[in-house]
Amino acid sequence: MAVLTYREALNLALREEMRRDPRVFVIGEEVGLYEGAYKVTQGLLKEFGAQRVVDTPIAESGFTGVGIGAAMVGLRPVVEMMTFNFALVAVDQIVNTAAKIHYMSGGQYRVPLVIRGPGGPAAQLGAQHSQSMESYFYHVPGLKVVRPTTPMDAKGLLKAAIRDDNPVIFIESETLYNVKGEVPEDPEFLIPLGRAIVRREGTDVTLVAYMGMMYRAMEVAEELAPEGISIELVDPRTLRPMDAETIIGSVRKTHRAVVVEAGAGFAGMGSEIASFITERAFDDLDAPVERVTGANAPMPYARNLERLKTPSKEKIAAAVRRVCGTNGG
Amino acid sequence: MPRTLLEPRFQVEHLSILDSEGTLDTALEPKLAPDELRALWRAMLLGRRLDERMVRLQRQGRIGTFAPLKGQEASQIGSVAALRTTDWMVPSFRETAAMIWRGWPIERLLLFFAGYLEGGQPAPAQHDLPVTIPVATQLPHAVGLAYAAQYRGDDAVVMVYFGDGATSEGDFHEALNFAGVWQVPVVFVCQNNQWAISVPLKKQTHSRTLAQKAHAYGVPGLQVDGNDVLAVRVAAGEAVARARAGQGPTLLECITYRLGVHTTADDPTKYRSEEEVAAWERKDPLTRFRAYLEGRGLLEAGLEETLDAEIAEAVRRFEATPPADALAMFDHVYAEPPAHLVAQREELARRLAANPAAPPADSDAVPPDATPMRGQRLTRR
Ligand SMILES: Cc1ncc(C[n+]2csc(CCOP(=O)(O)OP(=O)(O)O)c2C)c(N)n1
Ligand SMILES: [Mg+2]
Repeated sequence: MAVLTYREALNLALREEMRRDPRVFVIGEEVGLYEGAYKVTQGLLKEFGAQRVVDTPIAESGFTGVGIGAAMVGLRPVVEMMTFNFALVAVDQIVNTAAKIHYMSGGQYRVPLVIRGPGGPAAQLGAQHSQSMESYFYHVPGLKVVRPTTPMDAKGLLKAAIRDDNPVIFIESETLYNVKGEVPEDPEFLIPLGRAIVRREGTDVTLVAYMGMMYRAMEVAEELAPEGISIELVDPRTLRPMDAETIIGSVRKTHRAVVVEAGAGFAGMGSEIASFITERAFDDLDAPVERVTGANAPMPYARNLERLKTPSKEKIAAAVRRVCGTNGG
Repeated sequence: MPRTLLEPRFQVEHLSILDSEGTLDTALEPKLAPDELRALWRAMLLGRRLDERMVRLQRQGRIGTFAPLKGQEASQIGSVAALRTTDWMVPSFRETAAMIWRGWPIERLLLFFAGYLEGGQPAPAQHDLPVTIPVATQLPHAVGLAYAAQYRGDDAVVMVYFGDGATSEGDFHEALNFAGVWQVPVVFVCQNNQWAISVPLKKQTHSRTLAQKAHAYGVPGLQVDGNDVLAVRVAAGEAVARARAGQGPTLLECITYRLGVHTTADDPTKYRSEEEVAAWERKDPLTRFRAYLEGRGLLEAGLEETLDAEIAEAVRRFEATPPADALAMFDHVYAEPPAHLVAQREELARRLAANPAAPPADSDAVPPDATPMRGQRLTRR
């Protein structure tokens, strides 16, 4: 094990996969000379050259489409979005082509494409740069969606995404790039897409969270332990395919569930997870499933407002206490 | 400091070799082998006969909505004929004739327009992408294919088709720009058929030509008489040769006309005059090429009948195909079937097995009073 930052873990994943497979290349704005807006592609241009680390004109739809075309004929592009918010101008390419061409070509053309970059609330990036967009893509058949919380997940999941034969939406976070953690050095260390992880075992309530919200949930679990509330923390890691089994298994044990998401709620990941828990484990529940989501407003720029918009520890703890105070009524 | 004129000054060429009066510019006439000339004619005629047959099949509810190409045969066949089988062809939604040239079996195209998923499937060795519906989205894909060719160091060229309306989409400009910056081997074939559904070219752009749009990206742009198969063949041949030699992309604007409906759901009498259509009928690409071949003694007797028989045979095979397998709905959503789709597939299979006489998927498909799109007819199966 090495201790790496989340950013270094992503960089290492790219580097290892590019060394292993000459079909893998990186394409996007500022990924070459500038080494990425968040420096995830540091050193790649030097090692792999301009054909495999491609600086593009500013045209997200265009370079996503180029990635799709190259993927259809057997290359394995990794498209970088400077932030995922900019993927909005490439949504047609992602939804109407990347997600559909395998289906519409009767299985003839695969699209082994990764689209990666940071997304979700960050530090004062404003309304147009802070959106949690996983549920937009989660909605679309044909796409896989990954949200890696730790440096280990970042590496293992990015490598698995690059080796996957489907288009994978891989959303990182500005707030996590400097987080440090243990990362296996084995270049064959992969985390299969579609496997959740129980980050902390508990007996009283299942708390489902990922990315920054998972770190917040860990603190809540720590802080509520002295009150005698034992929280089980489950991180889906991959949203599509979702490892519902692990989440349901945990709920069957704890009989209570709280789902946290940083986004604005309303047909968000929380709605989806809460609904399948209710559909599949209703009889096991001792309390209604609670969702804790961000306020349903665009992200404010002002520091104090920004902090209030995203779910706080207090809000998460309050939901946990409410759920634990209900006893099967 | 004076105002100075910068080089290069842009000029747009228009190429015409065999005009609508049958006048031939012998200095520009390409030296094509008789067999190639016969093949071009056969493909254009097949394109026309099949097109007319498909419109009738749609009217009878035997296939679904379909975009006819009548009038655009020379643009399609003159260009696609410049490709090798190892080159790549990227169609929009109106390239039936060009697709047949590339080896798509007629019945597969019929299956496609009747809604069978396997209809969209090119043969494994075929270097063609499937039909694209969202306008202009295929242009960046073509650049991606060309980037891949350059990446691998092979000498494949990519030819991508689109209409005049598509040149207003961002993807057109992004793709031309990328191709120019990277100097990848793509030939952009714009079939300027004067209309984008009911929107005439003058409402689409204030540019005098579409070819000149390439110049803004440092890419050669050439206008060609798109109803003159010889001119299109020459221009496409030059563009393909340049691309293959590593000299980058070209935009070809083929001036042509859609003689028929936009799609079978359209009624063009609502937006264009009979005189306009009649004027373009006099410039029909088949008429002048037939006269040219006749003059050279290259017309085969009975070709119409042979092609009609070929089409009839394909229609027969198509109609003998059993209805689409309902469970195929779940195939190919992902490269491997995820658990939730396996479960949904099993659930539908159970429902179908429980009630084989009135398959639920069939009876539930359309609410009883759903309004069809204007001109739309549903297929019978
Ligand atoms: C992105 C997108 N917008 C709109 C449409 C609807 N539409 C289909 S064909 C068409 C006109 C296209 O005109 P043109 O590019 O000239 O091609 P033509 O139909 O004349 O061959 C439109 C607007 C679409 N399919 N995709
Ligand atoms: Mg048009």
